[in-house]
Amino acid sequence: MKKIVISVIIIGAFVLYSLIHAQSAPVAVVPNTSSASRSSSSSAAAPGATATSGTTSTPGSLYKDGSYTGSVADAQWGVVQVKAIIQNGKITGVQFLQYPSDHGYSIQVNNYADPQLSSEAIQAQNANVNIITGATLTSEAFMQSLSDALSQAQA
Amino acid sequence: MKQLQLLMGMPITVEILDSSVTEAAIECVFASFRAVDATFSTYKEDSEISKINRGELAEDEYSETMKTILAFSEQTRQETRGYFDIQHNGLIDPSGIVKGWAILQAACRLKEAGFSNFYIDAGGDIQVAGTKDGNPWRIGIRNPFNRKEVVKVLAITDRGIATSGTAIRGQHIYNPHHPDMPLQDIVSLTVIGPNVYEADRFATAAFAMGKRGIFFIEQLSGFEGYLIDASARATFTSGFERYVL
Repeated sequence: MKKIVISVIIIGAFVLYSLIHAQSAPVAVVPNTSSASRSSSSSAAAPGATATSGTTSTPGSLYKDGSYTGSVADAQWGVVQVKAIIQNGKITGVQFLQYPSDHGYSIQVNNYADPQLSSEAIQAQNANVNIITGATLTSEAFMQSLSDALSQAQA
Repeated sequence: MKQLQLLMGMPITVEILDSSVTEAAIECVFASFRAVDATFSTYKEDSEISKINRGELAEDEYSETMKTILAFSEQTRQETRGYFDIQHNGLIDPSGIVKGWAILQAACRLKEAGFSNFYIDAGGDIQVAGTKDGNPWRIGIRNPFNRKEVVKVLAITDRGIATSGTAIRGQHIYNPHHPDMPLQDIVSLTVIGPNVYEADRFATAAFAMGKRGIFFIEQLSGFEGYLIDASARATFTSGFERYVL
């Protein structure tokens, strides 16, 4: 009997400790202003990012130069429409005119962060970038709209 | 010199800044992606992976490349406690590991060919080498809620960066432990690693872990991560800020 009472007390203490610990998990918030100002100052120092192509137009070019807007294609969570930019007969850029957004999500309050991790609200940045990392595009809808834009660009 | 082609169902961009660059060098990169696609595309009837999934190839008939990828996939499965798994509904689909591996292979060939300042971007997963105009490459993390915006600008040189997410493609990553459970609480996870192969495979696995994924990245040495959740809050690892411009 004594053993059971002692073990119940010990388990109870652990449960109580874990509950208190879960309640008091600290959230480290890093202000956004410093990084935003740093990025804008560094962008001023470095030259802007522009898409360049070192190639020249050849008689065998696939496409005519210009901008071509593709059809609106149905993606799983919305629609995708792209614009293809052709320079010197080659695709030099693809812009998104329409894309699915994720407003269907329920907004949750998130108190989730480990002491070693930091947390912040995301904030749009103004600095120029050379490359963009992001989730892979809806390939089918993307290819559909882009193929349409490129068919218009056929030389 | 910069070129974009559509291969493997995604835009692939190659930019080489070295003055010795030739069209042929860039074409080599695209050719290597086409070769990878011919072997690993689950959409192509005659690809090796499709033959394997139809039971037409015995294990000793697999190509060396296939054996390598399957070994890497198994290694990643073990390193991620099963969160990375190419087996699904009785079929294998190693595309989660092939992309990063293909980018890295192509980047290694460019290095061997003597180029030192370039990047290869395949559908948002990127290997960068050297610098641009003497500065590290500036890589933006796309806002998963608004494709026209970036929410972070990073200065990266000689590393790989990959993002897994649900932003555009919908649920193309699932939790192998609970395949039917949607991953709704996080929308984007960007991982910076020693190269794009490492960054990509751990980004994919960590994304499948949901909110716990950022802790997984935190405990990997040489990796940093930036996770964006459904409420537009970001959680990032302890060393992430040294890459932030």
